[in-house]
Amino acid sequence: MATAVQQAAAQGPVIEMTGVHKWYGQFHVLRDINLSVALGERIVICGPSGSGKSTMIRCINRLEEHQKGRIVVQGIELTNDLKQIDATRREVGMVFQQFNLFPHLTVMENLTLAPIWVRKMPKKDAEAVAMKYLQRVRIPEQADKYPGQLSGGQQQRVAIARALCMNPKVMLFDEPTSALDPEMIKEVLDVMIELAKDGMTMLCVTHEMGFARTVANRVIFMDKGEIVEQNAPEEFFNHPKSERTKLFLSQILHN
Amino acid sequence: MTAEEATTPQVERPPASVAGPWGWARANLFSTPWNTFLTLASIAVLGWALPPALDWLIFNAVWGHVKPEVCKQADGACWAFISEKYRLILFGRYPFKEQWRPVLAVCALIAMIIFSCNRRFWRAWLGAVWLAGLAIFGTLMWGGVFGLMPVETNLWGGLPLTLILAVVGVVVAFPLSILLALGRRSRMPIVRSFSVAYIELIRGVPLISLLFMASFMLPLFLPNTIKINALLRAQVAIIMFTAAYLAEVVRGGLQSIPKGQYEAAQALGLGFGQMMWKVVLPQAIRAVIPPIVNTFIGMFKDTSLVAIVSLTDLLLATKQAISDPNWRAFFIEGYVFVAFIYFIFCFFMSKYSQHLEKSLRAGERR
Ligand SMILES: Nc1ncnc2c1ncn2[C@@H]1O[C@H](COP(=O)(O)OP(=O)(O)O)[C@@H](O)[C@H]1O
Ligand SMILES: [Mg+2]
Repeated sequence: MATAVQQAAAQGPVIEMTGVHKWYGQFHVLRDINLSVALGERIVICGPSGSGKSTMIRCINRLEEHQKGRIVVQGIELTNDLKQIDATRREVGMVFQQFNLFPHLTVMENLTLAPIWVRKMPKKDAEAVAMKYLQRVRIPEQADKYPGQLSGGQQQRVAIARALCMNPKVMLFDEPTSALDPEMIKEVLDVMIELAKDGMTMLCVTHEMGFARTVANRVIFMDKGEIVEQNAPEEFFNHPKSERTKLFLSQILHN
Repeated sequence: MTAEEATTPQVERPPASVAGPWGWARANLFSTPWNTFLTLASIAVLGWALPPALDWLIFNAVWGHVKPEVCKQADGACWAFISEKYRLILFGRYPFKEQWRPVLAVCALIAMIIFSCNRRFWRAWLGAVWLAGLAIFGTLMWGGVFGLMPVETNLWGGLPLTLILAVVGVVVAFPLSILLALGRRSRMPIVRSFSVAYIELIRGVPLISLLFMASFMLPLFLPNTIKINALLRAQVAIIMFTAAYLAEVVRGGLQSIPKGQYEAAQALGLGFGQMMWKVVLPQAIRAVIPPIVNTFIGMFKDTSLVAIVSLTDLLLATKQAISDPNWRAFFIEGYVFVAFIYFIFCFFMSKYSQHLEKSLRAGERR
C-alpha cells in the first residue's frame, strides 16, 4: 500500500487545497486550509460539530464555493467555469449523511441515472455496471425497490453504489453512518473498508475511530475552521500534540 | 418450501363483528353517539330532499319531443326543451348541416385526452400525437380543405369551443407555468423580476379584464393591417391567466423538495436541466397534483367568461337557447343540463387526479 501511495505522490496530488478560506456572511468557516491528497490515500477527518468539516469536503466538489485560495482537483482548478465544475463532479463521488437517494426512482434507476445522462452510457451497459456495484454492496436483490422500502443501512449502501457507478477517482463521505441505527453502522462501514482495500482515494468525515484506525493513512483534526493537527492514525490517537485534539479525543473515546 | 408451508400458521380471520357490512357500519356510522347522530341526521335530510328532487328530475318530467304547452301542464322538468334545443346548446351557431364535424372534433379531442391519461404513453412522441390531434380538430372545425365547407371561428360555439379553450389552455399553460416557477426561483435577477412581475400582475387582475384587454385594447395598439382572431385572443388571455396561477402552485411543489436532492444530483454531475427534469420536477409536480387539478377545474369553468367577448361558449349557447320566447319558462332545465355537462368533465378530472396520485405513490411510501 505504502508504495502505491508513494507512486501516486510522484504523479502529483489528486486534490490540492492551498490557502483556502470561506465565509458565511461575516462568519469565517474555513481558515487557511492547506491539504494535499495523493492518489489512493485514505483520509479521515474528525472534529467537533460546527468545525467546518462538511464545508471543507463540500468545497472539493463545489457544493460550496470558497472565496480565497486555490482548490485543484485532478489538475483542474475549481473556478466559476461551469464546464470545469461539471467535469470535476463527474470524477468525485459523494455520500451524504442523509443518503439523498431519489425517492421517485427505483434503486436501479437511482444508480443508472447519472451514467445514462451524464456519461451517455447505453442503458443496458449502465444497468450491468449498476448490478455489479449492487452486488459489491451486497443488495442486488433490492434493485427494483424504491428507496423508501429499504432500511437506512441499505439506503446508504445504495448511495455508495450510486456514486461508484460514475467510476469516480475520489470518494467523499460526509458522516455516512451518523444517521443510522447502531445495528446498521457495521454493514456500511464494511462496504467502505472493502472500498479502501481496493485502493479508492477517500476523504471521510466520521467519528468512527475504529474505522479510522483500520483504514486511514492519515487522520485530520479540525476545529473552528482550521486544520489543527494531522498525522498517521497510530500517532494521532496515541500521541496527540495539541490540547484541543486531546480534549476532543477524550470526549469521543469515552462515549 | 413445503416445510415452510407446513409451519405457516392457519390464516386467522377477523371476528365477524368487525368484518362484513354490519361491522363496517358499526365502525364507520355508529362508532360514537355524535357519529350516530350525524348518520341519522344525514338520512333524514336525504329522505326529505331526495324524493321531491327525483320526482322533478325524472318521474314527473316531460320527455321526448312535445310542445312547450304540454310542459306547462306538468309538475316536473321539461326535458322536451333540451330535446328541442340540444344542438344549439352543444354547437352554438355552427352551420346546422355541418354539425357532424364538431361531433367528430369533440370525439377526437376526448379520445386524445383519454389516451394521454395512460402513464405508459408519457413519452416525447405524445407531443407529436397532440399536434396531430389538434390539427384534426382544426381541420374538422375550420374546413376549407378536403371539400369541407369553411366555417369561421366566429361561428364556432358550444361544447367544442369550451373544450378547445380548456384543453389548449392546459396544454400550453402547464409548461409555461413550470418555466415561470423556475424563473421565480432563479438566481438571475432579471429572470426572477420578470417572473415575479408577470405572476403578480396577471394574478392580480380578474380574468374578465384580461379578456377585455386582449379583445378590445390589443387591436388599438396593433396596426390596422394585423387582425388577430377573437378566439385566439381569448385563448391567449386564458393561457396567460392560468399559467400565472399554476406557476405559484408549481413553486409550492418546488419548495417541498429538500436541498439534499439538488446536492445529490449536482454531486453526480447532472447539469441544471437534467437535475430539474429528472430529479426535481417529477417530485415537485407529484407533490402538488391536487392543487394543479384544482386550478385546471377552475380554469375549465372560467372559460365561460369568454362570453363577454362574444364567443358563444357552452354557457352562452345555453342562454341563447333559453332566450327563445316559446321556451323561456324552462331556463332551469337549461342550466341543469349545462351544469351536468360541466360536472361530467370536472368529475372526471377530479377522479383522474386521485388515480394519478395513488399510482404515482405506489411503492415509494416512506
Ligand atoms: N449555509 C450556511 N449558512 C451559514 N452558516 C452555515 C451554513 N452552513 C454551515 N454553516 C455554519 O458553518 C459552520 C460549519 O458547518 P459545517 O461545515 O457543517 O460543520 P461540521 O460539518 O464540522 O459540523 C457551522 O457553524 C454552521 O453553523
Ligand atoms: Mg457536518
